[in-house]
Amino acid sequence: MNARTEPTSAARPGPPLWLLLELTYRCPLHCVFCYNPTDFANTGQELGTDDWMRVLREARALGAVQLGLSGGEPLAREDLEPIVAQAHTLGFYTNLITSGIGMTEARIKALKHAGLDHVQLSFQDSTREMNDFLSSTRTFELKSQVAALIRKYDYPMVLNVVLHRLNIDHVDEILEMAERIGAQYVELANTQYYGWAWLNRDRLLPSREQLRRAEATLQRFRARVGEKIKVFFVVPDYFETRPKACMNGLGSVFLTITPDGTALPCHAARMLPGLTFPNVREASVQAIWYDSQGFNHFRGDGWMKEPCRSCPEKTRDFGGCRCQAYLLTGDAANADPVCDLSPHHHLVTEAVERAAQTHPVSAGKANEKVLVFRDHRISIPVTTVRPGGPG
Amino acid sequence: MSAVSATARPAIAHGLRLQWEPAQEAHVLLYPEGMVKLNGSAAAILTRCDGVRTVTDIVADIERTYGVAGLSAEVAAFVALAIERSWLEIRP
Repeated sequence: MNARTEPTSAARPGPPLWLLLELTYRCPLHCVFCYNPTDFANTGQELGTDDWMRVLREARALGAVQLGLSGGEPLAREDLEPIVAQAHTLGFYTNLITSGIGMTEARIKALKHAGLDHVQLSFQDSTREMNDFLSSTRTFELKSQVAALIRKYDYPMVLNVVLHRLNIDHVDEILEMAERIGAQYVELANTQYYGWAWLNRDRLLPSREQLRRAEATLQRFRARVGEKIKVFFVVPDYFETRPKACMNGLGSVFLTITPDGTALPCHAARMLPGLTFPNVREASVQAIWYDSQGFNHFRGDGWMKEPCRSCPEKTRDFGGCRCQAYLLTGDAANADPVCDLSPHHHLVTEAVERAAQTHPVSAGKANEKVLVFRDHRISIPVTTVRPGGPG
Repeated sequence: MSAVSATARPAIAHGLRLQWEPAQEAHVLLYPEGMVKLNGSAAAILTRCDGVRTVTDIVADIERTYGVAGLSAEVAAFVALAIERSWLEIRP
């Protein structure tokens, strides 16, 4: 019997259209849902300005065109302005992904002059109390001032709020805040469970009822406001029965460079065992993208196991997220357990059920200890896989 | 989708950028954290939307360039769609 679908070898991929530079892991915030690796404090020295300039030139020559400048907090880099200027000159569309901390009128003016195209500003919540609790800082007022600067300097404003159990009931107020500060796009991104969010998963997963209410609120808002404010609602995939087409397949369009120069096919991929990820200090972006083991391994579908390998939907979702498969099942080549065809799907449904039984946390209460705030002093190496769930 | 006046002067919407990408052999429209790869006819129309030319001018220019006639309905429909998608705007 040889009835199963033959795996296709990975064809030569297209260009890395989306380049994300994580300029630094330094960040004044300590968000409980941060996707940065929990051992971030142990990564190597940050790349220098010249290294970033070379990465920009090499990636642009391959066809990279969308550029994300992120972190950590990218404003922590004093050379952000010259990096933006170089990217703009090369023809990138430049997106600054920021908490707003460190933004001043002088800097936004300099960034505008350098050719920055867009600023995505994150809030943790619509209220000062919850924003400041979730980021473990007093930053709400500051962020509000940055929103005003973004508008003053005539940027399209994209407001990003990461949603989870502690703020998903405030979607109404968050959207009102977006309207008030003049956002054109709002990204309501349900937490993805990697990094610090993985550690806090049981306390961040919303309930089905919360999710249903949030979606109903969103529908009412869309009906009232129409196209004036575009709202993207990133669904929490733990509640789905088919996985997200993560990164459109690893190594197909997305290239991340971490602060120390490690090149990754997605910002969480460093956790995947058996993959070697090159460093831009030692290899060209072209060699990294086309020839490295770390980028080639999960291209095509030769790596897939059942049920993905013979699944007609594999060309649509590429088996879901490799990091999620690894975190939940211990094998990155398994189907993403979000898929209800996966024999491990129960791990996802059980996590949702367990979270529903975990006590809620409220801002300002004494039980803050149950949440792990991102902090270099408690930087945690992820060494073991706990299929039963975190913590 | 509302009709577009023949005398309107469409322009690429604020914050968006249209450019030729050799690696994709196509014009692309870039916007915050996203991109649309344009086919030939979409590119022919959008590259002419400079906020100066009217829809009538754009139709005439395309018809002249490609040696075809009777494109006004098609161009107007695409311009209306592009406005609806916030790719184009009509400046007052």
